[in-house]
Amino acid sequence: MSELRELTPGQLAWLKFRRHRLAMIAAGSLIFLYTIAIFCEFISPYTPEQRNSRAINAPPMDVRFFDAEGQFNFRPFVYDLELTINPDTWMREYEEDASTAYPIRFFTRGEPYEFWGLFEAERHLFSVDPNGPGYIHWFGTDSLGRDVFSRVLYGARVSLSIGVVGVGLTLFLGVLLGGFAGYLGGIFDSAVQRMTEVLQSIPTLPLWMALSAALPAAWSPITTYFGVTIILSLFGWTTLARQVRGRFLAMREEDFVVAARLIGANDQRVVFRHMLPSFSSHIITTATLAVPAMILGETALSFLGIGLRAPVVSWGVLLQQAQNYQVIVMTPWLLLPGAFIVVTVIAFNLLGDGLRDAADPYSSLRQQ
Amino acid sequence: MRNYLARRLLGMIPTLAVISVLVFIIIQLPEGDIVTSTLDRLSATGVDLSDDRIQNLRAQYNLDQPLPIQYLGWIGNFITGDMGFSYLFARPVNELVWERIGYTLLITVCALIFTWVMALPIGIYSAVRQYSIADYSFTTIGLIGLATPNFLIALVLMYLGYSWFGLSFGGLFSPEYLNAPWSWERFTDMLSHLWIPVVVIGTSGMAITMRLMRANLLDELKKPYVTTARAKGVPPLKLLLKYPVRIAINPFISTIGLLLPALISGEAIVGVVLNLPTTGPLLVQALIAQDMYLAGSLIMLLSMLTVVGMLLSDLLLAWVDPRIRYERT
Repeated sequence: MSELRELTPGQLAWLKFRRHRLAMIAAGSLIFLYTIAIFCEFISPYTPEQRNSRAINAPPMDVRFFDAEGQFNFRPFVYDLELTINPDTWMREYEEDASTAYPIRFFTRGEPYEFWGLFEAERHLFSVDPNGPGYIHWFGTDSLGRDVFSRVLYGARVSLSIGVVGVGLTLFLGVLLGGFAGYLGGIFDSAVQRMTEVLQSIPTLPLWMALSAALPAAWSPITTYFGVTIILSLFGWTTLARQVRGRFLAMREEDFVVAARLIGANDQRVVFRHMLPSFSSHIITTATLAVPAMILGETALSFLGIGLRAPVVSWGVLLQQAQNYQVIVMTPWLLLPGAFIVVTVIAFNLLGDGLRDAADPYSSLRQQ
Repeated sequence: MRNYLARRLLGMIPTLAVISVLVFIIIQLPEGDIVTSTLDRLSATGVDLSDDRIQNLRAQYNLDQPLPIQYLGWIGNFITGDMGFSYLFARPVNELVWERIGYTLLITVCALIFTWVMALPIGIYSAVRQYSIADYSFTTIGLIGLATPNFLIALVLMYLGYSWFGLSFGGLFSPEYLNAPWSWERFTDMLSHLWIPVVVIGTSGMAITMRLMRANLLDELKKPYVTTARAKGVPPLKLLLKYPVRIAINPFISTIGLLLPALISGEAIVGVVLNLPTTGPLLVQALIAQDMYLAGSLIMLLSMLTVVGMLLSDLLLAWVDPRIRYERT
């Protein structure tokens, strides 16, 4: 070894995390999804409630570069949809009309919206010529002619943020209760332990359902959103509390903790300055792995119609439209929000796995 | 063993007590109570009750008593088998629940067995052939199963079933057997519908079970006794099944406790999608209509089912693994 370099634990963890290729891909996809969620008003070509009466239950439109003659166009375009009513079934059927093409334009003026509720804007990332008769529905439309792509993006904002906000709350409860249980021990410890056991033995979904069904229907969307988030995290803290408690118990006897206490550090300092930082990486890992449960919980509740309700747009609310199989058979593209749920949950799981390996950067170095 | 059983049975009581308090709080949550909601419906049809009648009604439901008394009255009735009256269906809750909870139990138990039958061999195979292509593909499938909400699997199955085979899923019985008395044909008809919810619900628990089995067995395979046995010339398959698998499977029984709440939760929502005659759809209807006696009783029963299931898994574990019986807790 010619040159000795010292790496901080953070740098070591990053080195190790980077070697975990799947986790890197997952992190990339999540950054992408969250970026979309943050800028959904701008990226989506329409607003979630905007209706297109000429395209009701329209199937996804293909974005094309090659026209009917096989000619390559630098500017992508979509074909017009021609509506026919099937004389046998009375169903609407759409067919692409290759004679009319609508080129996709960027930074077009469209339906005005309030960006982050702060200021009015009307530019959209892409759309077809807003003054012309054309329209673009990349993921198709629903039974009211609303653009599914735009709605998926707006839904991403609610569904993705509920995971993070919920886990934040869970983290707070878990660390607080688990930490005190492990540090104080005694009656408080056994109380928290029993509480954990009870909560873990209750099937959560029925309880979530009962609590969120009890949220007053008159509440504003934003209050309901926080209500549902609180309900989800109310039963989610147990796993984290157990882990934190175990760590605290093990660490209470560690030399550096005993030393800190002997020097005369008070409880607060020992906990927050010495103990918490030494396993914060594990907390982050557990938190990452807890996000999917929150997202799936919200989705399930909203799907059943007792979580978030329209006009709030979340992935679960969107899937609620696809509840019976006639709808699924006629308009299978309404299941597309489900694909986003699956990708998000897988990404969080892989990211969590990667973080778990990286959280203990010394483990494999010792082996090597 | 008898001591252990007694200790565990006693341990169940505080758990159930806490759950019952939680459920009672849930029953109280919606604004108004059963009498005000009854009055609302009556006045909507043009009937107004006299104050005396209202007082009588309130007394009948113990609503004039303080909350702790109301709780004791409710739980007392519950234990003695009277779960109250469902105004949504205008029938006693008992009848409604008993005709459905059997199916819930049946589907949950089948899903548990399905999870194991699928996940155990896969976990064993993945551990023995660690890092093989099959190992990776099973892990991937498991991950997708874990990440897909139960109801989405059900929806996709419904779509595929219709567009590929022209089948319409849903329900537990074909129309002609729906109200027929039990017979062999009705039973086989049910089995032909049963596998769909069982597969859908079972998939979600498969990933975690597979991973656990794989990890347990990998730990076991590294131990010296395995090397010794192999050196002595024990045939590989016999060695594998006789020693490491038997030990690796022990903590597995304890995963019943982990899986059961998840399976019951899964059943609640899959039941709605597939239109099953189980407790799930009933619970959703009750909650949306705020028929709280029905909803509360259902949640209480489902929780009891879980707690008893966990007890059984603990007993099974203690029976298989003597170390647990004598451990002091």
